[in-house]
Parts: sequence; C-alpha cells; structure tokens
Amino acid sequence: MSERYVMSIDQGTTSTRCILFDHRGRLVSVAQREHRQHFPKPGWVEHDALEIWRNLERIIVDALAQAGITTDQVAALGIANQRETTLLWDRVTGQPIGRALVWQDTRTDTLVAELARAPGAGLVAERTGLPLATYFSAPRIRWLLDHVPGLRERAERGEVLFGTMESWLIWNLSGGVDGGVHVTDVTNASRTLLMNLTTLRWDEELLKFFGVPAAMLPEIRSSAEVYGRARRVIPGVRIAAALGDQQAALFGQTCYAPGETKCTYGTGGFLLMNTGAEPVRSANGLLTTVAYQIEGQPAAYALEGSIAITGALVQWFRDGLGLISTAPEIETLARTVEDNGGCYIVPAFSGLFAPHWRSEARGVIVGLTSYITKGHLARAVLEATAWQTREVVDAMNHDSGLRLKELKADGGMTADHLLMQIVADVLNVPVVRPMVAETVSLGAAYAAGLAVGYWADLEGLRRNWHRAARWVPAMDPAVRAAEYANWKRAVQRSFDWIKPAEP
Amino acid sequence: MPGPVQSIERAAAILRLLASSSGRLGVGELASSLGLARGTVHGILRTLVRVGFVEQDEASGKYQLGAALLHLGTSYLDVNELRSRAINWADALAARSGEAVRIGTFLDGKVLVVHHVFRPDDTLQAMDVGTLLPLHATALGKVLLAYDANAAAAIRDAELERYCRRTITNHRELARVLTRVRDQGWAASVEEAVQGEAGIAAPIRGYGGLVVGAIGISGAVERLCDARRQPDPALVGYVRDAARAVSRDLGASRW
Ligand SMILES: Nc1ncnc2c1ncn2[C@@H]1O[C@H](COP(=O)(O)OP(=O)(O)OP(=O)(O)O)[C@@H](O)[C@H]1O
Repeated sequence: MSERYVMSIDQGTTSTRCILFDHRGRLVSVAQREHRQHFPKPGWVEHDALEIWRNLERIIVDALAQAGITTDQVAALGIANQRETTLLWDRVTGQPIGRALVWQDTRTDTLVAELARAPGAGLVAERTGLPLATYFSAPRIRWLLDHVPGLRERAERGEVLFGTMESWLIWNLSGGVDGGVHVTDVTNASRTLLMNLTTLRWDEELLKFFGVPAAMLPEIRSSAEVYGRARRVIPGVRIAAALGDQQAALFGQTCYAPGETKCTYGTGGFLLMNTGAEPVRSANGLLTTVAYQIEGQPAAYALEGSIAITGALVQWFRDGLGLISTAPEIETLARTVEDNGGCYIVPAFSGLFAPHWRSEARGVIVGLTSYITKGHLARAVLEATAWQTREVVDAMNHDSGLRLKELKADGGMTADHLLMQIVADVLNVPVVRPMVAETVSLGAAYAAGLAVGYWADLEGLRRNWHRAARWVPAMDPAVRAAEYANWKRAVQRSFDWIKPAEP
Repeated sequence: MPGPVQSIERAAAILRLLASSSGRLGVGELASSLGLARGTVHGILRTLVRVGFVEQDEASGKYQLGAALLHLGTSYLDVNELRSRAINWADALAARSGEAVRIGTFLDGKVLVVHHVFRPDDTLQAMDVGTLLPLHATALGKVLLAYDANAAAAIRDAELERYCRRTITNHRELARVLTRVRDQGWAASVEEAVQGEAGIAAPIRGYGGLVVGAIGISGAVERLCDARRQPDPALVGYVRDAARAVSRDLGASRW
C-alpha cells in the first residue's frame, strides 16, 4: 500500500500554507501564498476572503504535486487559522459580505467603549474569560450589522452566515452553497465573546448583549472530529480538525499536560500555558481560553498572553521604513551594533494587548539622540519582542504560581538567532526550538490525524517532539534589571495617546 | 577566441540608457534610441526583468533599473535570509537522517556555520552558529571549494593544516577530490577534521544556479558510513534532497 499523509492548512494573517506531514510528524512538502493586506483607513485591517479561498485551492494542488502524491493518499485534513478575524457571507450566493475584518482591526473601539458602559457588560469577562476588547469577534459582527444597510434583517432571516476563517474554508471545501457544513471549533468559538467557557455553547445572554442573531452562527464542535468530507479541490478527503492557530501551536508543541507552555512568534506573539480541565482566571491581564477538545473528551483550557505586534514590527521596518529588504536582514542590521544605544520601540500599533490591554496606547520610539543609527533601531525592534515576552511571562508566573523554567518557542521569527538569544537573556531561562518550527501546521495535522486514527494517542505524538536548537541566557543581571526598568518607562509613554471620541 | 556576443552588448546598452535616464523608459523609446527593432528590445528586457536587473512599472508599463543591479556589488545572499529560507528543510533533514545538520557559507578562508540543527536525540548539544570550520577538512568546506571560486582562491597558496591522520594536506590530491565532488554533486569527509566523525554535504544554489552555501549532516563514522568507510547512499540521498529543496525555494521566490 502506498504511504499516507496528513494535510494541514495554516490560514495565517499574511499567508496561507499547506503542508503535508508523514507518520513521524516530518514535513514532506510545503506550499504557501501571501494575500493582500487592505488598510482602507487608519486602524482598519481587512482581508479578501475570496482571495484566500483561491490561494487555498492553489496551494493544496501545489503541495500534493511537490510531494508527488494523490488525493487518496491524504488520510485527513486539519485546519489552523488566524483567530478572531470576522467574516460574514451570503448563504445563498456564497459571496462574502465585504472583506473580512482582521483581528488587528480597531474600528470597533468606540462601539466597545459604549458596550463597556452598557448594562450586562460584566457578564462578558465572567462567561468568556476574555476582556471586552476590539481584539475579539462579537463587536465586529455587531459593527457590520450596524453599518451594512439591511444586513440585520437578512441575518435574522438566516440568510447571512458568520464565521472565522476556518468556518469559511470548511464551508467552501465541503460544498459551499451546495450543502457546505457551517461549523466552528471550541477554540475559535472561545475567541468570539459569544461562547460560554464552561458549557462550550453559544450563550443567549451574550448574544442578546451584543445584538447578534443566533441564526447566523456556526455550530460549535470539538477541535478533532470529522466535520465532513471535502467535495471540492480534494474530493473525498475527511476534514477532521480545526483549531485557532495559537491553540494549534500549543498542540503541535505537544503541551498536553498542565503547566506546559509555548510561545509562537509570527505577526504577533502568543504565549499559552495548558492549565488542564479547569479554566483558570487571570488576575494579571491574561486571557482564559480553550486549548483544545478531542471528540468525546472534556476540553483542555489554557492561559494566554497575547502580544499584538512582534514580527509585524519587523515587517513595518521593512515595508513602512524601507530600512531592510527582507525580514531576516533585521538580524544582520542589528548585529552591526553592540546594544540599543539607549533607544526603545514600543510597537503599540493597535493599542497594547497582554498584560496591559490599553487600546488607547499607540507606538513610541524613545531615547532618540543623534548617536542612534538604523542598527540601534533594528536592535530595539528585536528587543521589543523580547521585553513584551518578559511581561507576559511575569504575568503567567503570577497567575499560575509556577515558574517558567524553559521557553518552547516556534514560528517564523525563531529563525532569528540574535532574537532568540535576546529572549533567553531577558527571560533568564533557556529558549528551545522544536525540530518542526511550523508548529501551527503540525498541531492541526496532529489533531486531524488523531481524529481519523492515523495517530493513536497523545503519547505517541510526544515522542515525535525533538529539540532542534537551544539558547542559554548570558546577560549580566544588573544590565537585565536596568534594561527592563527602561522598557517599562517606555511602555508608560505609549499610554493615553488616543483621545476618546467626542460624543 | 570567439567575437563579442551581440545580445549581451545590446543588453549592456539598454542598461546604460536606463541608468542615464532620469525617469522610466518605454520599449519604443529604448528601441529608437538604440536603433533596434521593438521586438528585439522587448526580448532583451524580458530577460533582464527575469534576472532582476530591470523592473517594469505596473501602471505605466515602462522600465527602470532593478534592485538586483543596484546591489550587484554586495549581492551575496544575506546569511540570515539563507537560514530563514532553509530552516524547514534543514529540520526535515535532521529528522530524516537522525543526525545534526549545519549550513555553511564561505567567509575569510573558512566555512562560517550559519545554521545548526541539533541531532534529534534530545541530548544536550551546544549551538555552534557563528563558528568557523576548515574548508579542506569538512564536507561543507569541500562543497564550497568545489563550487565557489572565491573559496578555492582563498586556499590556493595556503598550507593545508592537518587535523587528523586522514586530513588532505596535499593540494594535488585535494584538486582530484574536488573534481569528484563536482562530478557526483556532493562531498564527504571521513575522519578528516575530527577523529571518529564523518560528514556529507551538498551545494545550495541561489538564483541562476550560483552556489550560495552548503548543507550537510555530520556524526559518528559508524552511523554515516559502511565498513569500507563509504557514505551511506540513503543519507547522501537525504542530504541532496534537502539541498535541492532549499535551492528550489531560493530560486523560485527570491527573484
Ligand atoms: N529572521 C527574522 N527575524 C525577524 N523577524 C522575522 C524573521 N523572519 C521572519 N520574521 C517575521 O516573522 C513573521 C513571519 O512569521 P510567520 O511566518 O510565523 O508569521 P505568521 O504570524 O505565522 O504569519 P501568518 O499569520 O501569516 O501565518 C513576519 O512578521 C516577519 O516579519
């Protein structure tokens, strides 16, 4: 019999990837396409869902061709996706209603401020484990219903569907207007502000609070079960897993036991700790979220420290400032100097996420003198990622009562050795990278493979995890303390920049 | 000695013209300035765009010098970029071969280690990115010597230092070995740098086939070689597959 593989889709913020993995969790082929970022107004970030769907069709074909295999050798398909990005589409025509509103989009800030003052606002954090913030989906749905004429009525009649990107892709793969299944998984649903974290069901009071009609919502399912079979692109293949990208990375890093923690460095940075079968409430600005749920089993929960901007700052350095021509050149540039020269960059481009949750903050560069060169700025860019990690690790240590002993890192930025060394230095713990840096994809593959019996159990998956690299701290403690104090002062200076809109 | 190649002369004239112009130029303008047929100029421009020496403005359809030309003097591939592009395939090679993986580029008469993946057995290993290895005594180095003219020039008159009994210290013998490396497309070193250790490496090619580095595995001789000290063909295959995969990614998307 010919060898079988699991196919994984990582529908990310900047690109969509299709990766095939073999039985030992080894990467066999990769195909990837970027999609356009639309910035129609300051603070607005949109994606074209049809462009993403077309990209998916192409990369699936490319990945199969690269591996030289056919559809019947694909045991299952798993999907990981950018979370909270909100899309509405027409059930009858299958056409998206406008573009998808991306997780970084802050157009709902006034709406969120209003909602926060409305009666019942206290319910949100209590039921969902999340603060009422522009980051999550429900305010975006509400914004669309308020701003697109006639949409609310159509939504109430069940003509409009809501989904995050995994729902959109599953619906299209499984037939679209022609019988597509409209589902989401518990991890994605846990980021909407509409799901009750304990019952794992849509919460009627929250629906009422946000003014979202139940008719438009997908069915909530576990993260690892067969939702249906593909009827397009890869006909017959079982669609067997969906997870938010960060939960997928936790799964791919095989963090299956309480206390196990990973941090993924891509567009943003996301530190997640598995907290086991009970949701743990944070007193330090972390999110409580669902880690994963395997069909027929109780859900596992996680604490999450979300950092909005890490790699995106490098991207801005490249595209916005034009100081480098590719992201990895940031390391080359940063190595032209010994230190930051006294310069700090706080990338609060869309406010600050964990642990601050300050939506009115905006980015600052402080400590500028005529001594500062682009090399110092490059270093400050990398250090910004490291210090933001330090802040969420401190919060995590407080909330969990555990001390992080080693950081499992993954994502595109782990190719940056200088960055990984700086992270180890400022955290004062070793940083390790697993042998598959594409843990998001791997996690979705693992979940799908488990659902169809391609892999037997979690223990087997653990044995696939190997250390590919390790960086050990080598920073003078006095320097670390002084730099951290400077960073905190810089963060203070980013606060209170956006004035509330005049009523 | 053959005469000058006409199309290259014409390409050079087009580049000179674009360089001296303050704005962008259209095919018609270039053709009439040079007294050439539009079709001829268009064909040359297409090739120049392909190699990145010329860029076409989407809106106007006119041409200007490309970024690749401006960086010609320093156009080695950034080593951090090389690592970023290679990381997935280097991981896959380590997972498949069970050995440590390194990527090396040429620097100052040595091999600079720009990427290192641990042997996947979860033993404690030290990162050696940034360290320098000898060119003539390692598989990575032999690949660079075989394909990179600068590397070859760097050791031409140098004394070949001995690290082990089997280190190649004779220039004539080294030349013979390098010819074989070019013939077979990969290199090995068996107990030439460190007693008990062997390595297998293959070239990473960038755009246009230029060798920009080498990727290879290294480990205990008894794991990498058979009883006759010949490298295991399966491992050689994995190394060459990885080198090809990285090369494909570099060639396909950088330009
Ligand atoms: N060598 C590097 N040094 C610093 N930053 C880098 C480096 N390589 C990539 N990056 C940054 O990492 C990010 C890409 O990482 P990755 O591909 O994991 O992103 P991602 O968040 O998964 O993207 P997506 O959400 O589209 O999947 C980009 O923001 C890029 O600027």
